[in-house]
Amino acid sequence: MSDVVSIVKAIEKKQLRATAFPEFRVGDTVRVHVKIKEGEKERVQAYEGVVIGRTLNGMRGTFTVRKMSYGVGVERVFPFHTPNIDHVDVVSHGRVRRARLYYLRNLQGKAARISEKKQAKDTAAPGADKAPA
Amino acid sequence: MALKMGLLGKKLGMTQIFLSDGNRCPVTVVHAGDNVVVNVRTPDKHGYAAVQLGYAEKPARLVKRPEMGYFKKQGVKAQRKLHEIRVPAEVAAKFQPGQVLKMSDVFTVGASLDVTGTSKGKGYQGVMKLHKMQGFVNGHGTHEFFRHGGSIGCRMTPGRVHKGKRMSSHMGTENKTIQNLELVEIVDDQNVLLIRGSIPGANSDYVVVRGSVKQDTYKRRSYEIKEQASKNPMKASKAGAGAAKPKK
Repeated sequence: MSDVVSIVKAIEKKQLRATAFPEFRVGDTVRVHVKIKEGEKERVQAYEGVVIGRTLNGMRGTFTVRKMSYGVGVERVFPFHTPNIDHVDVVSHGRVRRARLYYLRNLQGKAARISEKKQAKDTAAPGADKAPA
Repeated sequence: MALKMGLLGKKLGMTQIFLSDGNRCPVTVVHAGDNVVVNVRTPDKHGYAAVQLGYAEKPARLVKRPEMGYFKKQGVKAQRKLHEIRVPAEVAAKFQPGQVLKMSDVFTVGASLDVTGTSKGKGYQGVMKLHKMQGFVNGHGTHEFFRHGGSIGCRMTPGRVHKGKRMSSHMGTENKTIQNLELVEIVDDQNVLLIRGSIPGANSDYVVVRGSVKQDTYKRRSYEIKEQASKNPMKASKAGAGAAKPKK
């Protein structure tokens, strides 16, 4: 019998996405194209908002996207490797100083804006290479 | 009680997988391949029917001589674990000693399983953790009595503590069975079962996986089994209610 951990890892590996998302980080605005099933049919709906947090946890990692919808804050948590996401577009890179932007929940309107990064860095920061994106 | 066939296995750990509908599902990975039929009990000879399974090969240097004699007599390699699974006589008759069982011989995806294992040891525990007792309020003059169980009996009558009074003691390391767990997937190349939810024991503990005594198929995700439509016409939201409407 082979090693205990390696079997579990092999099962997780099978679940990973074939095509990686473009790199995005907390504070970036992304457009997530979500597959929606309506009866037999399947269509793709875009959901655009700010990434306010992510957990980099291998196959189990998730990211949280917040947006204002008709004056109501909506947050959706997406697993990085879910088959329900068609693809992700990065709209803009934001300049933030925190890993989790939970303070946005208490802000509204102009205060809740995130200033854009002047130059989007192509080189990944330390730790980003482990991103399951 | 329906007696169903099972397999011995080893808990490898937990992870999650995505189902065909895209939903995440927490699963326990259980290695359950390479089960060997060591012996078959028959009602004629032994008074009951069962299949004795062996799991996990044991190196010869670890096997005691009488033990080795038994395995040699049965014509199988020495096994670390031996366990009998009670089944109806006609099921037991299908097995021969020396037969190696595949997981797909015994289980089908979507089956409901009962998993038995030894729970993790928790050590000596007080009544709050062990028996879910309430403890006491932290204010109103309570002192040195926050996690106690309260009174343990009366006075002259009966003059003793009732039998079975729940007190603090050792917790865990017990045989525990979790019933009705869904078999999500059989991974043949890795020899593992993916079972929805958690099962007793620590990782790399031995477990017994059996077909559920309560139901054959796991009901929550209907595997091509349609739920019975309600016959109550008032429940219009339920599919099929219209068809059951009285003609008038």
